[in-house]
Amino acid sequence: MSASKRAGAGGSPLWQIRSAIDPRQYWLLALFGLVAPLVAWLVASHLDGTDKVFLPGPADVLARIWSWATDDDLAADVAISTWRVVAGWALSAAIALPLGLFIGSYRAVQALLEPLTDFIRYMPAVAFIPLVMLWVGIEEGSKVAIIFIGTFFQMVLMVAEDVRRVPLAQIEAAQTMGATRSEILEKVIVPSAKPALLDTLRVTMGWAWTYLVVAELVASNSGLGYAVLKAQRFLQTDKIFAGILLIGLIGLLIDQGFRLVHRKAFPYLAGRHR
Amino acid sequence: MTASIDIRDAFKTFGHGPQAIHALEHAKLAIRPNEFVTFVGASGCGKSTLLRMICGLESLSRGSIAVNGQPIAGPGVDRAMVFQHYSLYPWLTVTQNIKFCRQLKAHTRDRTSADVEKAAGRADALIRLMGLSHVADAYPSQLSGGMQQRVAIARALMSRPPILLMDEPFGALDAQTREVMHDLIRHVHRMEGSTIVFVTHDVEEAIYLGQRIVLMAPRPGRIDTLYDVPLPAERHQDMKLTPEFLALKREILERIRETSGMKTDLEQLARLNADVGADAALTTD
Repeated sequence: MSASKRAGAGGSPLWQIRSAIDPRQYWLLALFGLVAPLVAWLVASHLDGTDKVFLPGPADVLARIWSWATDDDLAADVAISTWRVVAGWALSAAIALPLGLFIGSYRAVQALLEPLTDFIRYMPAVAFIPLVMLWVGIEEGSKVAIIFIGTFFQMVLMVAEDVRRVPLAQIEAAQTMGATRSEILEKVIVPSAKPALLDTLRVTMGWAWTYLVVAELVASNSGLGYAVLKAQRFLQTDKIFAGILLIGLIGLLIDQGFRLVHRKAFPYLAGRHR
Repeated sequence: MTASIDIRDAFKTFGHGPQAIHALEHAKLAIRPNEFVTFVGASGCGKSTLLRMICGLESLSRGSIAVNGQPIAGPGVDRAMVFQHYSLYPWLTVTQNIKFCRQLKAHTRDRTSADVEKAAGRADALIRLMGLSHVADAYPSQLSGGMQQRVAIARALMSRPPILLMDEPFGALDAQTREVMHDLIRHVHRMEGSTIVFVTHDVEEAIYLGQRIVLMAPRPGRIDTLYDVPLPAERHQDMKLTPEFLALKREILERIRETSGMKTDLEQLARLNADVGADAALTTD
C-alpha cells in the first residue's frame, strides 16, 4: 500500500485534515461561499408565486438601501447605531480588561467574582430592559447600558481565561529574574496575553452588534435596529432585509479591521496569521 | 561569581491528611562553590521539586536551604533558572529576551551610564558565546528548539548569577543538538565560574555534565546515593565510551531500577517470558 493511501491522509489535499491548501483555491472557495447564497436568494425571489412581501429580491433590497440613503438619512442611522454599539462595547472593555486581568492573576479575586459573573451572564439581556428604563431612563444611556449588559459579563470571563493561558514558565522566569508583582503584570502577563485579548475584543464587538436591535427596542427613534423594528410594523420586508444586511456588513468591516490590527501589531505571530 | 548551596533537612509535602504526597523527605546536601551537580532519578523522586525549592519557586514544608550561609526566602537574582520550555517571551526578539532583566528594578538600582554600557557589552558577549549572532533580531518562534534553549541560557546568565539552576533544559531536544548543548554548557561553567545544579532523567547526560551526581528515589521523594564522577574536569564526547563511564552508567541505571519500583515490573516480564518458553516447549513436544 502506498504512503498516500494511509488512513486520514489520502486523496486530494482539500480533504486532508488541517492540510494547507493553495491560496487561489482558498479565495475561490471563500468567494463561492459568499456568492452562492446570493444567487440562491436571487433565484428563490424570482420563482413564480414568491410574494415580494414574503421574500424581496436582491434588486429590491438594493433599491431600498439607495432610497434610504438618499431620502431617509441612512448615514445618520448608521452613525448613531455605530456610536451606541461602540460606546457600550468600549465601556465593557474599559471595566472587563482590568477586572479580568485581576481575576486571571489572583485566585482570591477569581473566587470572589467569577462564580457571580458566571451566574449573571446567564441572565438574558433583553429581560433587563424594564429595569434599565427604570434605572437609566430612556435616553441614549439606556441603549448603551443594554449593549453593556449583553457583552460585559462574557467579556470579563474571556479576558480572565486569556490571562490564565499565559504560560506559567513565562511568569516564573520573570520571578527568577527578580521581577516584582507589578512588573510581572505589566511586562509579562499583559504583553503575553495581548494577542488573545485583541481576539476577545474582536469577538465581543460582534456580540455587541447582535444586541443592537434589542437596545433600540428602548424608546428609540433612530438607528439601524430601530429602522428594522419600524419596518416590521409596516411589513416592509425589503427594509428589514436592508437593515439586517447593513448591520452584517458593518460588522464584517470592523472584524476585518481588527484582524488587520492583529497582523500589524503582532508580527511575531506571523505563522498564525493566514 | 559563585556560591555554595546548603540544603538542610528539607521536606516538601503537597496536600493534607491521608491524601498528602510526600514529594521530598530529609533532603540534606551541601553543594560547593563552582560545583556542577546533576540530579537524576525516576519520575516522582522530587528532583524538579528540590530544584524549584532551591530557586525559591516552591516553599519548604520543613527545613531550610541556604545560599552562602544565608537562608533563602523566595526567588532571588543570585539564582537564575533555565526551564524546559515555553519560558521565552515570544513578543521580544532574541536580543530583547536576553536583556529582559535590564527592564526590572532589581537590576537597575544605582544604574550609571558605565553600567548600561557594561550590560550592552555583556549581552553582545552572551549572544556570541551562544552562537546567536545571526538570529539576534529574530523572534523565538522563528528558531529551532535548540536555538531557543540557547537564548534561555543566555537570558539566565545575563545578570551574572552565582548559581544557575537547570530543569531538564535539553529534554525536548534531539540527540545531536543535545551533544552540542552539553559541550556549550560545560564551556559556560568554566567561563562563568557559576555553581550549576542540573536536573535530568538522562543518566548519560548526568554523568557527562556533572562532577557529582545526586541520585534521587521516589515514594517518598528522597536523596538516595551520591556519586563522584571519575572523569577529568575537561570532558569530550569520546569519554562516553570509556570503561569508567560505562561502569558508572550501569551502576546508576541499576540503582534507579531498584528504587523506582520498575524492578518488580522487570521480574514480572521475566516470568512471562519464562511461561512463554514453557508453553513453547510443550507445543513442540
